[in-house]
Amino acid sequence: MPDYEAVIGLEVHVQLKTRSKIFCGCPTTFGAEPNTSVCPVCLGLPGSLPVLNETALRYSILTGIMLGSTISSFSKFDRKNYFYPDLPKNYQISQYDLPLCVGGELEIEFEGKRKRIGITRVHLEEDAGKLVHAEVEGEDSGVDFNRTGVPLLEIVSEPEISSPEEAFAYLKGLKLTLQYLGVSDCDMEKGSLRCDANVSVRPRGEKLLGVKVEVKNMNSFRAVQKALAYEIERQNRAIAEGQRIVQETRLWEAESEMTHPMRSKEEAHDYRYFPEPDLVPVMVDHALQEVLRASLPEAPLKRRDRLVAQYALPEYDVEVLTSERELADYFEACVTAGAEPKAASNLIMGEMLRLLKERALTLEGCKITPKHIVEILALVSSGAITGTTGKEVFAEMFETGKRPGEIVHSGGLAQISDQAELDRLADEVIAKNTKSVEDYRSGKAKAIGFLVGQVMKATKGKANPQMVNEILKKKLEKDSSKR
Amino acid sequence: MAITRKDVEYVARLARIQLSEEEKEQFTAQLTRIVEYVAKLKELDTENVEPTAHVLPLRNVMRPDEVRPSIDRDSVLKLAPKAAEGFYKVPQVIE
Repeated sequence: MPDYEAVIGLEVHVQLKTRSKIFCGCPTTFGAEPNTSVCPVCLGLPGSLPVLNETALRYSILTGIMLGSTISSFSKFDRKNYFYPDLPKNYQISQYDLPLCVGGELEIEFEGKRKRIGITRVHLEEDAGKLVHAEVEGEDSGVDFNRTGVPLLEIVSEPEISSPEEAFAYLKGLKLTLQYLGVSDCDMEKGSLRCDANVSVRPRGEKLLGVKVEVKNMNSFRAVQKALAYEIERQNRAIAEGQRIVQETRLWEAESEMTHPMRSKEEAHDYRYFPEPDLVPVMVDHALQEVLRASLPEAPLKRRDRLVAQYALPEYDVEVLTSERELADYFEACVTAGAEPKAASNLIMGEMLRLLKERALTLEGCKITPKHIVEILALVSSGAITGTTGKEVFAEMFETGKRPGEIVHSGGLAQISDQAELDRLADEVIAKNTKSVEDYRSGKAKAIGFLVGQVMKATKGKANPQMVNEILKKKLEKDSSKR
Repeated sequence: MAITRKDVEYVARLARIQLSEEEKEQFTAQLTRIVEYVAKLKELDTENVEPTAHVLPLRNVMRPDEVRPSIDRDSVLKLAPKAAEGFYKVPQVIE
């Protein structure tokens, strides 16, 4: 059997993070009650007219620029006609021959190596509704049109991906890029990122592409990887057995970990595209492109390279720090404010991420500012507090947003070993707890435990317990002898 | 260009409509006449004419990304042939 290689192209749909739908003002909120985010436009009721959401267009152009696409100066929408119950108009507004962005590439990292995967096109379209089967009684299916009209960006790659693992790396890279841009959440669980794959095999070195099979219904990046691995194996085996590959659409089944041909209801792929008469064409001028280009963030991989070079950090640190744009921004703000890079990185990757994860919080709502980080690192490095105390201070800082110096100084966490301070506290406790004082004096030695506890409580556990014990004893003995 | 009976059957299937034998006959003739009429345009020299994407001379009609109230679910579902539990109901769809 000759050596075969796989050829993979990915078609990714991402929901754009707009507040309202692409052609109407209905909200795009995920998880709303069925059919409550609908209006005549997204339901396709007669007489309604779509109007393009400006932000959806800007996000699309931003993505195109980031991917190095050519932004079409003239673009239009088209109707893609087909019947399906999740499509109220019986056509989807999409883009056919004049997509918004053409060409481009995405740089990915795979097994420590960089590779550029070509982008064929990026276009804007509307999402369809959702069919539910389980939540409706009886034989019928239910239709929820909340998602109908949510803006989708379709990003089509060139067939330049050569393994399931590389497909995984591409998806990871694309997701991170879109998240850096802030145009999509790319949350596969919420369906804000979906991926279909085209895969074929051919003898290694062959120029012509083999017959391609479209694989759908993968609900995670891992599922895409698994489905592709299965499909490549299936095709290789079929060829080895002398069978021919049929061009078809197959569905991935997560449970059996196999693909099965779609039971197509005469899969007539005749969409009869024609220009959408309800929407006028879009012209993107140079000025808008330049404005958007100026707001472009640094690409994730570029930022990784720069952080390694600029701050002499280990690859691992940088990979963690750049896994979210906000995290990388935060780290760099700390360094700019004066923190030593490696120390800041340790603190952020350790305590910070641990606490955020524990509380299921994001950096956005975090009370610790880069200035706090600089200060606490200085306190630890100067020996003013130990590393262990540093962690406690950090935790308090995380809760209250107080400056670390303030936390330490106000005795918040530093052990109180000050004689005068403890004397004063002991006097207060003795004055307030006459019953326990009497008990102790009448021979109940254990009663002192309660009094110590009261001092500890008053100092939130920061008092030196041994000293408190001695001070209290001394005071109680002295007073009783005086009597 | 003559429309064949096969064309009519194909288009009818795409449009999910059932045609009687008589109608197929009738539409084959009618559609042929329509297509022939439109074919007159071929006589024009369009060498230097830009393809028309839209008949209106407008471009870039957009709205800001602002949420506007949706409409009441009950009033919407009332229009459907079948609805229950907040959903439109359709014959079972299983892929």
